[in-house]
Amino acid sequence: MSEAIAFYTLAALILGFAILVITARSTVHSVLFLVANFLFVAALYALLGAQFLAVIQVVVYAGGIVVLYLFVVMLVNLKRPPEVHKDPHRRSRLAFVLACVLLAEIGAIALWEYARPAVAATGPATPMTASQNVEQVGWLLYTNYLVPFEVASMLLLVAMVGAIILARREL
Amino acid sequence: MITPAHYTVLSAALFIIGMIGVLLRRNIIVIFMSIELMLNAVNINLVAYSSQLHNAVGQVFAIFVICVAAAEAAIGLGIILAFYRNKETVNIDEMNLMRW
Repeated sequence: MSEAIAFYTLAALILGFAILVITARSTVHSVLFLVANFLFVAALYALLGAQFLAVIQVVVYAGGIVVLYLFVVMLVNLKRPPEVHKDPHRRSRLAFVLACVLLAEIGAIALWEYARPAVAATGPATPMTASQNVEQVGWLLYTNYLVPFEVASMLLLVAMVGAIILARREL
Repeated sequence: MITPAHYTVLSAALFIIGMIGVLLRRNIIVIFMSIELMLNAVNINLVAYSSQLHNAVGQVFAIFVICVAAAEAAIGLGIILAFYRNKETVNIDEMNLMRW
């Protein structure tokens, strides 16, 4: 019961802040709503027993990526209204049609899933504690998924070099 | 009782909100934030099923998604800054250098 209350509260907060992110007039407000959204997603991860990922979410998303966004918002002059264009309704109609297509697709998948028999959970049914969660994720990262882990580190290195080159003045 | 179906619906709703943001807003920084929302929706799915199946592989993949999101944010914001320095705009309707 308490799990249901926590889930519905967090879900309402996540969706509410997501809507505020895309509807806020000021971009700075959008970024701040995005921080709140990331923090509540981290709380949802903690509710699901993924403590390590919750901490990563707070540190990397709410701490790192959002600060990067704030830097760019502050560096870019947003005094000019950026939302003005010639035919405002043409793209809105196209967006509405595409959103309807995606909604129909997700609805079809949901109906198809409900028609199928449920799949039983496999593996040990004991819930993981925090230290076990970190241990399991770390074990998987450094054994079975070592090659993807190294590729991810190379990706981050290349992204860092690329960002430095792109931000140079004489580009 | 909260089943993975609940988490899937939450994730789908968050993904659709992100997609509406990408399609409707013209400010490229807000579009990037909407993409982050969509990546978060995917992560919620991965973690929910990881928790349901008692298998930590889903969380490992969520870490990879976060890693790619960080790389994407760094490169994307670098491109926005470089573009803003040349064209003085963040409106994607005016970003048509490579259209034709």
